[in-house]
Order: sequence, then C-alpha cells, then structure tokens
Amino acid sequence: MATVELTYKEALHRALREEMNRDINVYLLGEDVGVYGGAFSVSLGLLEEFGAERIKDTPLSEAAIVGAAVGSALTGMRPIAEIMFMDFITVGMDQLVNQAAKINYMYGGKTPVPLVLRTPGGSGTGAAAQHSQSLEALLCHIPGWKVVMPSTPYDALGLLKSSIRDNNPVLFVEHKLLYRQKGPVPEEEYLVPLGQAEVKRKGSDITIVPLSIMIPRTLAAAAKLSQEGIEVEIVDPRTLVPLDLLSIIQSVKKTGHLLIVHEACKRGGFGAEILSQVEESEAFDFLDAPIRRLAGKNIPIPYSPELERRNVPQEDDIYQAVKDLLEIN
Amino acid sequence: MELKKEMLPEILRQMFTIRKFEEKVADFLAQGKIHGTGHLYIGEEATAVGACAAIEANDYITSTHRGHGHCIAKGADIKKMMAELLGKETGYCRGKGGSMHIADVEKGNLGANGVVGGSIGIACGAGVTIQMKKLNRVVLCFFGDGAFNQGIFHEAVNLASVWKLPVVFICENNQYAMSTATKIAFNIKDFSLRAQAYGIPGTVVDGNDVLAVYREVSRAVSRARAGQGPTLLIAETYRWKGHSRSDAERYRTRDEVAQWKKRCPLKRFKKYLSKNNVLTEEEIEKLEEETHLAIEAAVKFAEESPFPSLDTLEEGVYAP
Repeated sequence: MATVELTYKEALHRALREEMNRDINVYLLGEDVGVYGGAFSVSLGLLEEFGAERIKDTPLSEAAIVGAAVGSALTGMRPIAEIMFMDFITVGMDQLVNQAAKINYMYGGKTPVPLVLRTPGGSGTGAAAQHSQSLEALLCHIPGWKVVMPSTPYDALGLLKSSIRDNNPVLFVEHKLLYRQKGPVPEEEYLVPLGQAEVKRKGSDITIVPLSIMIPRTLAAAAKLSQEGIEVEIVDPRTLVPLDLLSIIQSVKKTGHLLIVHEACKRGGFGAEILSQVEESEAFDFLDAPIRRLAGKNIPIPYSPELERRNVPQEDDIYQAVKDLLEIN
Repeated sequence: MELKKEMLPEILRQMFTIRKFEEKVADFLAQGKIHGTGHLYIGEEATAVGACAAIEANDYITSTHRGHGHCIAKGADIKKMMAELLGKETGYCRGKGGSMHIADVEKGNLGANGVVGGSIGIACGAGVTIQMKKLNRVVLCFFGDGAFNQGIFHEAVNLASVWKLPVVFICENNQYAMSTATKIAFNIKDFSLRAQAYGIPGTVVDGNDVLAVYREVSRAVSRARAGQGPTLLIAETYRWKGHSRSDAERYRTRDEVAQWKKRCPLKRFKKYLSKNNVLTEEEIEKLEEETHLAIEAAVKFAEESPFPSLDTLEEGVYAP
C-alpha cells in the first residue's frame, strides 16, 4: 500500500475533508474554526472548500456550541464541535455530562447523539494552568461518552473518521505537541476502529501502556532500554472508552510487568482505571511485580519551562520507572 | 392571526387533558404510586396549548422539568406518558427516563429536561438542522423564569440571533423558581427587555389567555419561517401547585394563590367559547367527560403494563 508522510495535523485535516465530502450531514462548529482555521490551524482551508454553512464560526460560547451540537445531532446532523482548549470543556459541562451523554439512555435507547468533540489537550506550550490540562478522565467517568486519544498521524486520521461515523458522543483528544509529528499514512482511505489497541513496539520484559504524547516518549525510552537488553512492549490503547483490555492482558501475561504512563495528574487519572481492570483480570496471576503508574503530579500545570517539564513524565522518567519496576540498578 | 373556529374544541380538549392528567399525577404522587417526583403544569395550560397550536406536526419543541403540558400539547400519547411515570416498559422512555425526560424525537418533541435551562442550547441545534437541511420548520423552546437566569440562556439566544435560527424562545414566567420569587431573582419587571440585548423582538403575553398566546407565537413562528430569526416571548402565568412533591409552599400566601386561580386559563377559555357560541355548556361538559375517560384509559393502560425487564438495565447507554 502506497503511503505518504503527513503530520498529525495534516492527518486530522484530511479526515475532516474526507468525511465532509462523504456525508453532507457532517459539519464543523467552534470558535475561530473558519478564517483562522482553528487555534491550531487544523481546519485551515476548509472554509474555502465547504463554505460558512458547514464550517461555522461561533460566538465565544462553549455551552451553546455543545448544546447546538447535541440538538443538531439529535435531529439528523453529524456535528464536529471544536473546543479550543480542553480546559474549556468545563464551561460546557452540563451539556456534555447531563445532555449529550444521557439522551440515548434516558429517552429509552432509540435516539442516538452522533457528535464528535475535538479538543487539544496537554502541556508543554507554556500556556500554564488553564490551557494545558489533560481532562480525559472526566468524561471517561461518564457513561455515554467514548474517549479517543490518538498518538500518531495514522491513528489520528483513522480514528477521527471512525469517530465521525460513530453514533455516540465521542471526545477526541488531540495533543498539542503531536500536531507537528510526522508519520506514514496510506494514500487510500482507511479507518481505525474504536476500541482496538495497537502494539506499537514488541518486547518481552515489560508492558507499558502510555497514552497520547507518552507513546513517542516511551518509544524513545524503550530504544535506550533495548541497548541495555531490556525489551519493552508498548500497547497503545488508542481509545480509553471503549478500552481494549484484552490486548493489555495478553501483553501482561507475556511480560509479567505493567507500567502505565499518562500526562494527566495521577490522582483519579485513567491509569488507575487500567490498573484496576488488569488487577481484576486473569493477568493478575501472571504479574511478577506490582503494577506501577507514572503520571503527572497532582498540581495545576505551572508556567516556568523547567517546572512545566518536570510536572509530567518525560523520556528519562519512563526509562527510570522501568528500571525501578524491574528492580535493576 | 386568529385560531380557526373548528380548532377551538380541540384546544379546549388539550387544556382539559393537561389539567386532568396533572390532577391524576398529583393523586398518584400523594399516594406514593409514582416512584419519583413530578412537576405539575396546572394553571399554565394555556401557554403550552396556545403555543403548540401555532406550529405544525413536524415542527420541534424542547421542554423543561415541568414538561407534561408541553408533551400533551405537542400531541403525545397520554397512555405512553402515564406508563413512563409509572416506570413501565410501555412508557415513552421504556421506564428509563420518568417524568423529567419524556421525549418523542420522531414526532418533534426533543424532550423534557431535568436541568433548568438544559434544553435551550439543544433548541438551537435543532434550529441548525432546520437551517442546514432547508426544512420549513421551527423550534419552540420552552423554559421558565429560573432558566432565564442561567448562562446557557445568554449563550444560546445570542447564537440563535447571530445565526438567525428559526427558534421561538418562550419564557414561562410562573413567578417562582422553586421558592425564589422573580422579584428576588430579577432587577427588571419587564422580562422582554432582555430581547433588546440580542437584537431580537421581545413581547410579553398573558400566558393564561390561550388565544393571546396563539397569536403571539404565530407571529414569532412566521418570522422564524421567513428566515428572520428568533423571538423572545414572555408568557406571564402561575404555578398553582407546589414546585414538586416535597414543597411545603412557605414562600407564598394562600391569598396569592387564590388570586391567581381567579385567572384560571381553563375557566376563561370556557367562558369565551360559550359566550361566542362555539360550544354550549353541555358540549363543554361532554368534552370534559371524554378527557376524563381518556385519562382513566391511560391509567388502566399504564397500570396493566409490565415493568421493564432487568435485562434492559444496561441497554441503550451507547447507540449501535
């Protein structure tokens, strides 16, 4: 299959274009998604191609953006709402938690709400405490939402297309630091199904489950560890809800060790959920050491560059966490 | 715009149906027969009925926690409503929603809502669909004086205004947000003043006068269908019963309630019908008796219906 090199951002852009061309009911709404192209320019150029009717610049009103997405999804459209920074989903929380998530169930299971909420999360841009959070656990906790966190251009494209075609509310988390990352993407159309993990690296000594930006950092750490004879297996869940637990279990049964790595603060983070699910599974009997989590500190994201960097796991932290877990000095 | 004479008996029937349905619900709440709570629409019937008379079957409404009246006015099957209130499989939501979540999306009722103000943004979304699919439809967005102070009201009405969405925002001012009187929660008396802030027309209407409500909503609906955007209507009315089952009504006097009962929307409309020789006293009584029988049939249907099977507990969280 012929491939092209695309950045994560270009991959998202292509997914939006392909789906908008495929289905007239798909449209994008959000703050500055039109002429500006979105705060991170993912939708740049789509206004010219699809017009203001389908690339809708909204007033600065997160609750109304999500509310309008819910109402139009309920009546036959497939909206993609962009919330400029993940931190701002909190402004639309009633619409996300009490409306979008509940409608299909509480109306008796016959009224799907097919909407995608695209939002950039994560730190590393010096934007400090209110523009840098990783809040995926909030919606993972709410039945009715699916939660997607792609780590490569390939996954970003295939998962966004599947999210748009899904008949449920899907939180699609884009990491700001990944937008410029390049990777091979097939020239022809493809989908990546929700709920299917991918082994990003094969190994026999330890399983690591990293989320989003932690995938490239773990790959880098794994290369270094490999030189020392430690072979890391990296399982990228790609979607947190639904979670492909089976792939994680299979890997843990092989390696006997599990480390979970994410940027969101550790307390109440999704790592706790993965840890619990693995511990409650048949994989428990195969563990040779306690499962560990490496995650963001339980603090707001600080501003000053080195403080910001040390707050979340970096390549060297992952490297060290593996050595600690395997009790290698 | 006046209602056609042949529609008037149907208007009366709907108002009777709401009144009697709610009286039955009040009984069931008192008897503990309804498992949850219920917010009754008694005293406000003219607003929902007058407003829904001004739209077509394929138009949309969004409703509130006090939503039974809107459902009935939009043409809901009271059997399925009563079944839902009793938590039965045959209810609108198969027993998953209860009083505050009755919806019939296929028939244009986008749902009651348990969060005050929660449906105002959803109404805008339905407006977006109408606009993008070029449907000749409108949305009636019902909400109360409580919701009028929610942030989503501001965001949604402004959005509807700048996008010229075909939505009619109908604020049912029943004078209280639970126990909080409007004079405590507002520093303006004329709620329609707020329309100016969004660059849309705003009108106050007597929410207990079904014909007046019909006229004002019709005007707003015409405007919306013509692509001229939303309107804000304030329907002045009064909630006769307490906020919900647990309300001891310490915030208002019996005298105040009695004064408002003198302005009963049903009594007023009946008087109009006989005075203008639309219906005789006997015909009105017959109609009332028919609605009574319909409610009894709904109760029978609901009581005889099965509860949902436990197998359905986890069904429907996600759509296929």
